[in-house]
Amino acid sequence: MRENAVLQADSLAVGYHRKIVVDGLSFSIMPGEICTLIGPNGSGKSTVLKTISAQLSAISGDISMCGDALCSLKEKDIAKRLSVLFTQKLSTERMTCGDVVGTGRYPYTGTLGILSDHDLKIVKESMELAGAASLYHTDFRQISDGQRQCVMLARAIAQQPKILLLDEPTSFLDIGHKLHILTLLRQLARERQIAVIQSLHELDLAQKFSDMVICIHKGKAERIGIPEEIFSGDYISALYEMQHGTYDPRFGNAEPTALKWNPRIFVIGGGGAGITIYRRLHRLGIPFAAGVLHESDLEYPVANALASVVVTEKAFEPISSESVGKAFSIMERCEKVICCTEHYGTMNAANRELEQHARAAGKLCDFVP
Amino acid sequence: MEKQRMKRTVICYFFLCITAGLLFYFSLICGSSSIPPAAVYGLLKGTLHEGASYRILFDIRLPRTISAFLLGGGLSVSGYLLQSFFRNPIAGPFVLGISSGAKLTIALLMIFALKNSFVIQSGMMVSAAFIGAILCMLMVLLFSGKVRSGAQLVIAGVMIGYICNALTDLAVTFADDANIVNLHNWSKGSFSGTEWKDVRIMTILILAASVCAFLLSKPISAYQLGESYAANMGVHLPIFRIFLILLSSILSACVTAFAGPISFVGIAVPHLMKGLFGTARPLIMIPAVFLGGGVFCMGCDLIARTLFAPQELSVSTVTAVFGAPVVIFVMLYRANERSTI
Repeated sequence: MRENAVLQADSLAVGYHRKIVVDGLSFSIMPGEICTLIGPNGSGKSTVLKTISAQLSAISGDISMCGDALCSLKEKDIAKRLSVLFTQKLSTERMTCGDVVGTGRYPYTGTLGILSDHDLKIVKESMELAGAASLYHTDFRQISDGQRQCVMLARAIAQQPKILLLDEPTSFLDIGHKLHILTLLRQLARERQIAVIQSLHELDLAQKFSDMVICIHKGKAERIGIPEEIFSGDYISALYEMQHGTYDPRFGNAEPTALKWNPRIFVIGGGGAGITIYRRLHRLGIPFAAGVLHESDLEYPVANALASVVVTEKAFEPISSESVGKAFSIMERCEKVICCTEHYGTMNAANRELEQHARAAGKLCDFVP
Repeated sequence: MEKQRMKRTVICYFFLCITAGLLFYFSLICGSSSIPPAAVYGLLKGTLHEGASYRILFDIRLPRTISAFLLGGGLSVSGYLLQSFFRNPIAGPFVLGISSGAKLTIALLMIFALKNSFVIQSGMMVSAAFIGAILCMLMVLLFSGKVRSGAQLVIAGVMIGYICNALTDLAVTFADDANIVNLHNWSKGSFSGTEWKDVRIMTILILAASVCAFLLSKPISAYQLGESYAANMGVHLPIFRIFLILLSSILSACVTAFAGPISFVGIAVPHLMKGLFGTARPLIMIPAVFLGGGVFCMGCDLIARTLFAPQELSVSTVTAVFGAPVVIFVMLYRANERSTI
């Protein structure tokens, strides 16, 4: 466990009614770090977040917040250290967005909860930071999902926490708002040294915006580590028990399952031009082969995911006669050949032979299946 | 904008106070025997000490008007608390069966007292009503844990109310004839026959409970955002819930004990006030709802006893006529509002 951790969990077990959902969870988050929980639906990410925010008591294990045990802190003290943003929609009545953000000042106001000038200043600042300043006088019920999330984030900021806890903050948002929210979180973490703990379903974004990733699976934290460790190999497919399609963690690219029948069309690809063709053939339900592609080629991951067969060549090597032979034999069995390569260089010179061979055999066609 | 809101609040409070004053005045001079305004001034100045006018004003109309104001205020605050607690716009002591529960225990107490021929003190009435109210409240709470939708909760409350009313009728059927008249008048809801000693007790109880509710306006405002947010803002939820339940039960029990079950005030007044003030902030709403409820009930009582004088209507009849349309309007307005989002 690290020194100065703002949030620390030690062999934590969480669940409802003594039924354990996630067990043996230990981690620590430093100020300015973004920690993201990923895992399949129903794996217990929200339960973990509810326990950390003291909405649910831990079944066993310890949580400490800025060095103090969570159970020893009063509600008001927790409120000054941690603010939350949950997925559930607020049903407000006659409240402007400014009023909603003002509720974030709750732990700091007096008995009757009247906002001071200082509080109002912080409310305005928080809304400006979250890009929601123009909504100050707008009724909270009349804004879009994306704006609502910005206002709720402003509310959480106005609470001036050391830890920001968010449950799927980007769900239901368009891609522009998703990036906006996550960029804001990154900015808050960097500039205000706020520790962020969140759950995300967008793996590609989790990979790009997290300092630490916790993978919740089968009742435990299966892996904890930096994104580079988590998003490698086939682990993500295993984590989500993916049975349909594949996930390429390098680009955050999800593709459907390949059509694994004998190929009817051979695509001579390379350089990225083939990607649209692969997707279109897959969509039309036509099994195809692709080649000869270098393992370093831009379109290799897509071809690999969608094609029945891919003839490959090692990166940075000229295409070997062995690979060409393999491609020829597959091409023989295909009805048509599509060539999407326009430029032949030293490395893919052999693909020109494939094209000429196909033309001679009368198989070459433009892509009009 | 902030200044505009402030201005609106001040104007609305001023309007409510003026209306309350006017209704108070008319409640004193209007009635089956008309009292000259001079007598009212005399009473207020302390120069009127005796005579028929003094008796009517001081012993009948003044306590009645004060109790209409206080009980109306208490009932409305109770409705506001229940609406906040259940997050249900049509929750109220009458709809949720809490008034009926209080009515049942009071009926039982009355029958028991008359059988054993002892005189009921108003303190006993309030205690009995409180027991009935809290029992029904607990039943509603039990249901609220099981049902997810607000409509189901209201149906459960209405059913509890029916059961309590049926039991009350059953008890009344087996009571002596002489008791029934007394019980019958009361069970329809009326401010008539309020005595000064009742006024004293209700003033203490209702004002104390309403002030407590006002002091809770900060956690109520947090609770309006939802339980998980309230918890994160530092509200101690279990204690807060107990406070809300106790306060709303005390208020509706007190009203039922002194005036019988009065319908629709608890639902209608909070909505009217939210519309008038243009906010739902508890800090502003709780005093406003109290004032508004007082004005509403004074007005309804005035109508109930002057419209067909000397025949008196039950006050519930009048409150239903004015209150029920508000409920319908609220439902329509809410439905529209959802569709615009």
